[in-house]
Amino acid sequence: MSETLADDPIVALQTKFPAATSRDSRDHPAVNVPIAEAHAALQWLRDEQGYDFLVDVTAVDWSETTSPRFTTVWHLYSTSNHVYIRVAADCADDAEPSAPSITSLWPSANWHERETWDLMGVKFENHPDLRRILMWDEYPHHPLRKEFPLAGIETELPDIEVAEETNAKVISAPMMGGPFVASNKGEMNMTDAEPRAKDESWNEKKPKPE
Amino acid sequence: MVSPNTNIAFDNKIEGDVVVSRLDAVVNWVRTNSMWPMPMGLACCAIELMGSAAARFDIARFGAEVMRFSPRQADCMIVAGTVTYKMAPHLRRIYDQMAEPKWVIAMGACASSGGMYRSYATLQGVDRIVPVDVFVSGCPPRPEALLDALIKLQDKVKRTPSAANLIA
Repeated sequence: MSETLADDPIVALQTKFPAATSRDSRDHPAVNVPIAEAHAALQWLRDEQGYDFLVDVTAVDWSETTSPRFTTVWHLYSTSNHVYIRVAADCADDAEPSAPSITSLWPSANWHERETWDLMGVKFENHPDLRRILMWDEYPHHPLRKEFPLAGIETELPDIEVAEETNAKVISAPMMGGPFVASNKGEMNMTDAEPRAKDESWNEKKPKPE
Repeated sequence: MVSPNTNIAFDNKIEGDVVVSRLDAVVNWVRTNSMWPMPMGLACCAIELMGSAAARFDIARFGAEVMRFSPRQADCMIVAGTVTYKMAPHLRRIYDQMAEPKWVIAMGACASSGGMYRSYATLQGVDRIVPVDVFVSGCPPRPEALLDALIKLQDKVKRTPSAANLIA
């Protein structure tokens, strides 16, 4: 493996992949690449630039009205040069986004990609075992998508037998006017008060005013 | 010297080795003082549960020190921690495998009501899937609170018409 690090990894990447563009970043160098070139670009960064450590694989949902809606993000680190780089690629399909799996480059990407599939619904092509990792296999939603409410959507319990026995369901959690705050401008005495909802004008029985 | 426990039996020394009691009292005496817990430790409450089993709080003083990780050998399931929807069916199955008579203590805010986890992933109170005898407040409750719950559960068991249930 070559350990020579280019002065500017973005420029070096752009000479190799002309379609790559610089990406706004507050911390580490960041680059946008076309999703079709993502696998090759990551492999090049690993093999030629010494970014040998995969820090994170995740995705961004920009909201259901934005297109492209989903962006897959990879964070790499060089254990020899001690620098990070962020690589992002917009997913082509807004309804069923997909991205290339990089488990062939870093085996540790396996669970990261399963988590991103579970919570954001980004399908990783050529993943060896793309199952949900946090929610149960039959769960019908991807909870970190923008249109998914924090309280959840009513569905069946993972186990049908137990669901029949107990009549329990996955319900949307009672939010009761949350978010819950410990103090509103300091007027609450914490020794005799629990955290309160910011807006208490509505609850489970009384709908939220428009 | 052992003092006579008049709640359980009447021993006036008249009958020699014979002790007069009620079947309910004897059965409940046995049940209350050897209540083996099934430690369903799912989150930080489990650490307090361990604390109540250790030397300072010593749950053995109340006959509940034998933590059994097999549901077949346990009497009282202590649900200590956050129950996710993914975990809920397993918890119910473990409860179903416990032999009668069996009891449940919901330890802490999460097990009792979902606690601070008002979320798509968390069961909003373990009483939705298993019958709970005692709820313990706190996040997490101190070991004294758990011991108090155990004593309250023992009081409840002492009031149970056990003999009628056994014969019926």
